Amino acid sequence: MTSQLTDAGPATAPAAEAYAAGGDDERPPIGAPVVVLEDVHKHYPMGDQVVRALNGVSLELRRGQFWAIMGPSGSGKSTMLNLLGCLDRPTSGRYVLNNHDVSDMSDDELSDIRLRELGFIFQSFNLIPQLTVRENIELPLYYQGWPAAASLQRATETAERVGLGDRLGHRPAELSGGQQQRVAVARALASDPQVLLADEPTGNLDTSTGQMIMKLLSDLNGQGKTIILVTHEAEIAAWARGRIHMRDGGIERIEGDG
Amino acid sequence: MALMKIVRDVKLGAKTLLLHKLRSMLTMLGVVFGVASVIAMLAVGEGASREALDRIRMLGSDNIMLHSVKPTEQPEDRGQRQRILSYGLHYEDERRIREHFEHVVRTAPVKEIRQDARLGERSHELRVIGTTWAWFALVPRPVIAGRVLAERDMDQTSNVVVLTEHGARRLLATEQTIGNRIRIGDGYYEVIGIVQNEEASGETQIPDSRVDAYIPLPVARERFTDFHVRRSAGSMERERVELHRIIVQVNDNEHVESTAAAIERMLANNHPNGDYSIQVPLQLLRQAEEQQRIWNWTLASVAGISLLVGGIGIMNIMLASVTERTREIGVRRAIGAKKRQIVSQFLIETLLLAGLGGLVGIAVGPLLADRIESLSGIPTIVPTYAILLSVGISVTVGVAFGLYPAARAANLDPIVALRHE
Repeated sequence: MTSQLTDAGPATAPAAEAYAAGGDDERPPIGAPVVVLEDVHKHYPMGDQVVRALNGVSLELRRGQFWAIMGPSGSGKSTMLNLLGCLDRPTSGRYVLNNHDVSDMSDDELSDIRLRELGFIFQSFNLIPQLTVRENIELPLYYQGWPAAASLQRATETAERVGLGDRLGHRPAELSGGQQQRVAVARALASDPQVLLADEPTGNLDTSTGQMIMKLLSDLNGQGKTIILVTHEAEIAAWARGRIHMRDGGIERIEGDG
Repeated sequence: MALMKIVRDVKLGAKTLLLHKLRSMLTMLGVVFGVASVIAMLAVGEGASREALDRIRMLGSDNIMLHSVKPTEQPEDRGQRQRILSYGLHYEDERRIREHFEHVVRTAPVKEIRQDARLGERSHELRVIGTTWAWFALVPRPVIAGRVLAERDMDQTSNVVVLTEHGARRLLATEQTIGNRIRIGDGYYEVIGIVQNEEASGETQIPDSRVDAYIPLPVARERFTDFHVRRSAGSMERERVELHRIIVQVNDNEHVESTAAAIERMLANNHPNGDYSIQVPLQLLRQAEEQQRIWNWTLASVAGISLLVGGIGIMNIMLASVTERTREIGVRRAIGAKKRQIVSQFLIETLLLAGLGGLVGIAVGPLLADRIESLSGIPTIVPTYAILLSVGISVTVGVAFGLYPAARAANLDPIVALRHE
């Protein structure tokens, strides 16, 4: 079940490039493959049975695309997200993320890949309550070992980019849900990763706030970010430029071209 | 750069701890009291041991002390209170020891007398010791004025007296008193000198503690006889004691114990009722040192247990904190934190708790020791090693009890941690 997904890619000049201040590893051009899955299986032992959460998935997603992964619960989309997010390793098969074969990486190497190549946006925001907005956004920079001044500057810029430049000193609890999710987006963006992974990003928001977040993601995609969204809401998935429908641990069909 | 990072990590850790001020403080309190009690107990132990050892050292490590001991009363003696009890060391014992033991350099016989004394208008009961010139060779004390007893004073007619500082104070005697006469009992004695004496406390007797004056032993025998009246519990008892004590000096530390054993054999022959005791400061010193070591360790161990409890408190709180912050750990891991970065985050928090607690404990410990000293009168000395030990212990406690919660946090599966409610 291979799906070749080709795409012309958005024509926008990615403003994000300006943020790659630290001389990042060379960026592949728009349209180059960033996520490549080859016959990926994921099996869990459960009691004396084996759950085949993913059953031979092959996929190629390219830089600058915006995909939604859809499917009922049990379809394997959460497992897919965990694999794509390098939180888990496939039982068999190959996963190449931005030219790094992550299939057999150690825990530390996977951490490093997550740190440099991925940004996570969660359903429940997952901000760290004791840290301010600024400190939350700085978190990936902190783990990358940025010097304080540069980190502060980057966090401020990123916060402004999501429209929260005036909330830097606030704590998450002092913000609305929409604002919190925007902080989470800023945190995911801070280290300028290749791929943003959004897991039901609007699930805890009302409709209009949800729309605002989707607009923000869409804009980021317009600026060249590759976005992978997991949702079960067709309305949210409609923001993506392609939809991958999953069922029983495999890809059922693909709509659009990302 | 690395320092900046550490500063930042510590600040972050402090910030997290400050989120739960009361909880953090209570957790620290365990370490505070643990460290403080370790310091205080070591200070008590150190103070006590130094005092005891000093006292024993004052007895002289090449000396052997013999004491007269009143035999325990036999049941049939009851109701015969008027009987004169005769016991203790004899003049003959002293002579034999002095003359027949190879390694004995000199002996100082001691006869204790309590007599009213008078100097001018001033009158006071004095604790007088009848002894020989050997005393002053054996128990050298600085002479404040005049001279001490000499060999030529050792006859029955030499009515001279050497006062101690004590005795001089009681009679208001000064340097000008030297050459004047004081009255002791029924006789007059010429004051020939004033010497310093060491204050002593506790049950170990220093030879010149509680002494006001010295007179030649032959004079004491002649004037005051061997009969003593003892007032105790409302009854009067008459006793006959020749010598209360004999201090024996041996020429070398090596021979102290063998000589003591030989003297003991001799005394056992001559005193079948066991009306004497023998004390070897060298042995006492060794025993005391050994005892103090045990005692110090006991005290420190007891205090260490409270430190252990403090450590367990920290571990408990950190485990609760890890559970509480499972989601945070998941988020950090998802963002890209490595396991060891999670470990160090939690370890920094425990070390902050333990370290700060330790510092406060180090401040409180000496105060506690002071308090103990002023309340109980036990002298305390806070030894440097106690401070260093406490710093070491509190850091160790932090690491030891922080490592497990931190490792537990780091080993959480990020996927599971992220889903944690």
